[in-house]
Formats: sequence, structure tokens, C-alpha cells
Amino acid sequence: MPVGGRLMALYELLLQPFAEFAFMRRALVASLALAFGCGPVGVLLVLRRMSLVGDAMSHAILPGAAVGFLMAGLSLGWMSVGGLLAGLAVALGSGLLSRATVLPEDASFAAFYAVALAAGVLLVSWKGSNVDLMHVLFGSVLAVDDDALLLIAAVATLTLLLGAAIYRPLVTECFDPGFLRQVGGRGGFYHMAFMALVVLNLVAAFQALGTLMAVGLMMLPAVSARLWATRLWSLMALSVAFGIAAGYGGLVLSFHVDVPSGPAIVLAAGALYVSSLLLGREGLLRRHLARFRHLEA
Amino acid sequence: MPPALVLDNLTVAYDRHSAVHHLSGRFEPGSLTALVGPNGAGKSTLLKALTGELRAAEGRIDLGGLKPGDLAYLPQHSALDRTFPIDVLEMVLLGLWGRVGPFGRVTMAMREEGRRALSAVKLAGFERRSIASLSVGQLQRALFARVLLQDAPIILLDEPFNAIDARTTADLVQQIYRWHGERRTVVAALHDLGQVREHFPQTLLLARRCVDWGPTARVLTAENQFRARGMAENWAASAAICRSAVA
Repeated sequence: MPVGGRLMALYELLLQPFAEFAFMRRALVASLALAFGCGPVGVLLVLRRMSLVGDAMSHAILPGAAVGFLMAGLSLGWMSVGGLLAGLAVALGSGLLSRATVLPEDASFAAFYAVALAAGVLLVSWKGSNVDLMHVLFGSVLAVDDDALLLIAAVATLTLLLGAAIYRPLVTECFDPGFLRQVGGRGGFYHMAFMALVVLNLVAAFQALGTLMAVGLMMLPAVSARLWATRLWSLMALSVAFGIAAGYGGLVLSFHVDVPSGPAIVLAAGALYVSSLLLGREGLLRRHLARFRHLEA
Repeated sequence: MPPALVLDNLTVAYDRHSAVHHLSGRFEPGSLTALVGPNGAGKSTLLKALTGELRAAEGRIDLGGLKPGDLAYLPQHSALDRTFPIDVLEMVLLGLWGRVGPFGRVTMAMREEGRRALSAVKLAGFERRSIASLSVGQLQRALFARVLLQDAPIILLDEPFNAIDARTTADLVQQIYRWHGERRTVVAALHDLGQVREHFPQTLLLARRCVDWGPTARVLTAENQFRARGMAENWAASAAICRSAVA
């Protein structure tokens, strides 16, 4: 094949879907914005050993979104506000319960989210069709409209700005909560601000990926990044980069192979995770090789 | 010159069982005191009460106008996450919290101060190492450097030499002496009585109640230690309500 032909094939494979179709461009922009917000948030969740809490939170959004759905159908505003309120209530409630009872925070989250997921599915099925239910559970990144795009972009912007503003107390609370408490830093406050960011990002991701897939774009890039980077800033940067790669790769895959885009994006992130697991600096292969080589001091 | 730390009939309890019982006395400004007693004597409890982490069930603590956050406190089991991706200098610079707070700028001069603190505890060159790579002794040195940056008038150390080798201990004792020389008040919970006799002029021997508090040579007698052991073992699951203060 001549060079021109090869370039043409490459163009058709990688760029044409976005050049030709507006809905693909929109989906791409949505994925990129999500990667910027979810990347750093996911890293902090991993470092706080709260990876599964992110999962639980993403389900906790469902009943709120479902109530919004009952009030106004598949409306962006109502479902987002409902999801936001439900997510914040679960975050606050689990935190308060774990302080007031013997249950650790993750136990409260697990209890909350099982109830929330069941209630949400029930509510949506009650008034909606199976298509609606599929939409709520798995999203449809290809159907993201201007309003949803604005919401996602606004959340990403807020996450980066607020995250930068409270970076020091947030990281300190993560790393050495006892010290922060002793010097009079209000760790609990920053923890709650962070949980609010988690909920916001999940609500944003919910628009594109649905309640079951949203957490994939938050946790998989962050977990993968942990296998490569050893500094906090590089972890976050890498997590964003992995999120972008997964969004782009997943969309290209879903376009050419004709599979649902949400799961394709999450699976692309999963592929990055498996590669990182094998090849990463802290991954299996390197660890294995490192046994035979070491520095003198 | 720091204010005196005054304890007035202090009782601190867990689940109503007192861990520190009717303790009164004062840590003089600039004093260097060892806090000694058997396990369960209430040493850590007393330090936590001084930092404000535990509330007094009865009596009071007078910090002489300082806030609990003005004290530097090194807990026995630090809650810090040793796998966290943060380097040694960044960890040490957290000691600046009292000066820069959550949002203030960390200047180049402050970073230089952090480097000097690291060389004071003989960790020069470790600035960019991740804390995950430190040994227990090196981490303790780094935590001392953080206390150094806190520049606090009163310093509380809970068993700072636990699981620390002799050389590191000797270096850290030197640092405690420097703090003492700068007229800071230092209180350290310790188990090694030889260390206490050698380095600490004052001793508070605790067995929930105060057994004795004063010059180390007077406090650390065989008789006092025997009494302390007896008192600490006297813990009863069904203890009666203490009436001494109500009456």
C-alpha cells in the first residue's frame, strides 16, 4: 500500500469519526473533560483507601436521579440535582453514622449503597421503560447534548480550581490526619469538601456513562497511574492522561466495532490497567525482574 | 520563655475508667521531664490530654494561654500513611503549618529551613527520598525534624525511642538537649530508666495517680517503682464510682 493510502487508512481509523460526526466530537469532549475532573479525584480516593467508596457513591446517586426522572422524565437538570442531593446525603450520612456508631465508614457506605441501588432501579422501572433504565444505569455518551456538556465541563473546572485551592489541607488530611488535627487544621471540613467533589464528578460522569460505569472512569485511570508514578503530581497527571486515552480509545473502538460506547470506554481504561499491572514501574514484571538487580547503596 | 503547664486535679477516663486519676502539679517553663510508669499507667493518656485530643473528665489543664495547636506533639504510633507518595522534605515542611496554615506560601527561606532541620537530625541528602523508603529510625529522625520546624515552646514526645537503635537515639537525645538549651519545655514518655537517669533532670512517675514528681534521683527509687507497679495493676473491671472529688 502506498504511503498516502496508509495515511488515509490511519485517518479513517483515528480521526474521521470525529471529523465527520458531531455526536462523536461531543462525546470526545465530554470524555476529555471527565478525565480532567475524575483523574485527580480518583487518585486521592485510591490513596485514602476509599476506592470502593467511590463505587458505592456512584450507586448512591441513583435514587436521587430516579426521583428526578419521576418528576421530569429524562431531564438533565432534575436528574443531576436529584443525584447530587442523594450523593451528598449518603456521603454525609455515612460519615456521621461511622462517628456515632461502632460501624466503620465503609460498612455504612456498603449498607447505604445496596439500599440506594435497589431503590433507584425500583423507582425508574416504576414509571419508565427498560430503555430508560438502561440509560440511567449505563448512560449514553453519544447522546450527550450541549447542556450535559456544559455541566460536565463546569464540574471539571470546579474540581481543578477547588482541588488546587484546598490541595495542601486535603493532602495533609490524607497523609497524616492525626497531625492535622493536632495543629488545629480542620481535616473533617476538607474531607467533606473532597467528598462533595467526588459526588459532583460522579454526577457529571453519570450523564455520559450511567451510574454503573461512571466509577470506572474515576478509579481505573487512578489505579493504573499508581502502578507507574511515585509522586502525587505525576500520579494525578498520569491519571488524567490515562482517562483521556481511555475516552478516546473507547470511542474509536465503539465507532468501528459498533459496541456501546460507555462500556467500551471503561474497557479501554481496563486495558490500560492490565497493561500497567504487567508493565508498570511498580507492576508485576518489574517487581519480578527487580529481584535480580539492585543498587549498591 | 514558655508558660508553665499546670495540671489541676486532672482525671482523664476511657469509658469512665480513669486512666489518669486526680493528677495535680506543674511542668515548669523550660523544664525537661521524663514521664515514666508501667504500661497502662496513663503516660500516653496524659500527653493526649495535654494536646487536647482527650478531654478531661474532671479537673483542668492550664496551658498558660497557649492553644493545644501551639504545642508540638509526636505520638507513639503516628497515624501517618507510610506508603503515601510524598518526599521527606515535603513531610518535614508540614511542621510549618502553624506559620503558613492551609493556604499560605512556603517561601524558599522556609524550604531552606526544612533542609537545615533535616541536617540537624542527620538526614541531609534525604530531601527527595520518598518516605516509604525510610527505615523506622530514619522516619523518626524526619518526624523530629518536623517538630523542629514547628518551633513550639512546648514539646511532647510519646516514647520517641521505641524500636530505635542506640545511635539514632543518641542523636535524637542531642536534639532534645538543644531544645532544652533553648528553654523550651519538653515532656517525654520513656521506658528506659537508664536513659532517664542519664538525660532527664525531672521525672514524673505515673501509675494512673502520681507516684512522685520531682528531681529524677529522688523519684526513681526502688520503693517508688514498686509502688507504681502495684498501683497500675490495680485496675478493676467493676470499679466503684470515685467519690474523692464529689465529697
